[in-house]
Amino acid sequence: MVCKTMNPKNSILLDHGSGGIASQELISGLFLKHLDNAVLASLEDSAVLDNHPGKLAFSTDSYVVDPIFFPGGDIGTLAVHGTINDLAMRGARPLCLSLALILEEGLDLDDLERVIVSIGTACKESGVPIVTGDTKVVPRGKADKIFINTSGIGIIAEKVNISSTMARAGDVIILSGSMADHGITIMTRRAGISLDGDLASDSASLHELVALLLDGLPPGSLHTLRDPTRGGVATSLNEIAAAARLMAEIEETAIPVHKGVRAACEIMGLDPLYLANEGKCLVIVAPEQAEETLSLMRSTSVGKESAIIGSLKTGTAGQVVLRTGIGGSRIITPLHGEPLPRIC
Amino acid sequence: MKYLDEFRDQDLAKPLLKELRHSVTRPLRVMEVCGTHTMAIFRNGLRSLLPDGLELISGPGCPVCVTSASHIDAILDMAERPQVRIALFGDLFRVPGSSGLSLAHASSHGAKVDIVYSPMDSLELAKKHPQELVIFLGVGFETTTPGIAATIMAAQNSGVDNFAVFSTHKVMPPPLISLLNDPELQIDGLLCPGHVSTIIGARAYQPLVEKYNLACVVAGFEPADILQALIMLARQVSQGEARVENAYTRAVSWEGNERAQQMVNKIFEPVDMEWRGLGTIPLSGLAIRESCCHFDAEKRLDIKLIPAAEPPGCRCGEILKGKERPPQCPLFGSRCTPGNPVGPCMVSSEGTCAAFYKYG
Repeated sequence: MVCKTMNPKNSILLDHGSGGIASQELISGLFLKHLDNAVLASLEDSAVLDNHPGKLAFSTDSYVVDPIFFPGGDIGTLAVHGTINDLAMRGARPLCLSLALILEEGLDLDDLERVIVSIGTACKESGVPIVTGDTKVVPRGKADKIFINTSGIGIIAEKVNISSTMARAGDVIILSGSMADHGITIMTRRAGISLDGDLASDSASLHELVALLLDGLPPGSLHTLRDPTRGGVATSLNEIAAAARLMAEIEETAIPVHKGVRAACEIMGLDPLYLANEGKCLVIVAPEQAEETLSLMRSTSVGKESAIIGSLKTGTAGQVVLRTGIGGSRIITPLHGEPLPRIC
Repeated sequence: MKYLDEFRDQDLAKPLLKELRHSVTRPLRVMEVCGTHTMAIFRNGLRSLLPDGLELISGPGCPVCVTSASHIDAILDMAERPQVRIALFGDLFRVPGSSGLSLAHASSHGAKVDIVYSPMDSLELAKKHPQELVIFLGVGFETTTPGIAATIMAAQNSGVDNFAVFSTHKVMPPPLISLLNDPELQIDGLLCPGHVSTIIGARAYQPLVEKYNLACVVAGFEPADILQALIMLARQVSQGEARVENAYTRAVSWEGNERAQQMVNKIFEPVDMEWRGLGTIPLSGLAIRESCCHFDAEKRLDIKLIPAAEPPGCRCGEILKGKERPPQCPLFGSRCTPGNPVGPCMVSSEGTCAAFYKYG
């Protein structure tokens, strides 16, 4: 059945993935128009990067979000911010990204251009270019509109060592801002639920915030960074606690959650601790640097709502305990599957 | 008043906790019937704050948990049929039938399964897929049934033909009577389900007071609501009284929502229904009336329920009756986890086992 609103002449065809003239026209007419830089424009098989001192960080991620456009971003911004953030979470300065697209036959070219424009803008604002790419087209029904993979390379300065295993008992846990914005925005959009308020994804790059912390704190005081994407803060804390063989204790009342997010979660029966964040990070730092870290984070636009939410302790290794708003306590387990809304 | 903040306020909870400690003058066993109460108690860390001597037992008020394996098997049978699309609330998606497979598995093998947030969404699905029969899985207690009744009425009014409901709906008072008739079950009071009571009214528990001399308090779901209701229960028991009290007056009245009750009575009629772990309880379920039989999936697809045995070792039945706690089940946390559930008490977001597993 042909969609009445679709213009067949303005859609992706299988030819666009063939490697022939149609592919070349898509690359030069659309991708290079919005992602232009000298390395990419050379259109060679690989991007060659000049020698950079330090350790290399390398990360990859794929993006299949539905819907592809949502308040606060789209699949393109997620693809750029997400991989930049994965590099930044190891203390790396992101150098460049690759961009691989799998397009469904029939995808509206205007939608594709909108995504590519978003990617171009996100790259420019982040200062991290796309230097190599690939495009494939699959028959209608074999993909859902557009799937994106981005891989990224970053450089970690010699003495920087950020990982979950570096966390120590007594370390303070800071969350860089409000929780669950992205996850609830996607779930309400997917459900077709319109709510008053300003639910929007928090998709953002965090590498500049990380660079500020690495420059501003004494060497060795920043131990662990993690961006709590799928599975939420709950799952990330469980992973960190398990890797560090420590117990994490967090205060429910200290965790920043916007009122609209909290209300939407209540309506849908979802727990914000388990919903994705795409522009936030958990920062685990030596206790004597906690206030300085918080101050540095709050001086940035992405971290202005940063808050200390808890600490790591010796105790049952891998356990995460939440002290509730009424003074009780409960254990926070990792997410087991997709969050599902409840009956009643 | 925003309700979320005020009834969760620590400054309100602290004096309530103190008063609760003061009010519990002897060992007290209270059954909290509703699955949402189970989750709320755990989520707020209330169990860690309750005074010694007050024991909370989780009852059968989790609609997904009490859906029998034979009903799940029938659902899986429908899901496999060509031209059938299943619409359901999310909780039921992972509940296993007698083979250990669930709708999640069926979906991964090509069954058309849509999770919806409102039963009306399933009507929209029927309009969107005119060549398919969209079946909405009717699971839930009195809170949910009026919405399903309204959806069937909307289907009638709009002439949507390719829509039906598979009703495993249940009503709350009969299983309570069945439990209270069991001499092994010794409880002093009932924390009555708040949202069910918005429909059936606080008066629905009066027969339990008269027959069993049981203290009954209708409770809301925020920490202050639950603590207030527990104080009222403890005071009744200390004073040797038994009556129905309503601690959720902002949502529940004595009569309930009579319009909703009428809508349900128009579309559904009471029938005997099988409850997982409790057996068949007379007049505890709802079937679609003959006058609306076109919307009854069981009749439309000639579904025959085949008795299914409970999974070996699973103690869901005893847990639902409040006789055992999840850690007493040999499968709890080992063979039966949220990722690999054996019984529904583990998969449902309101399941007692899921609550124990998640919240400790």
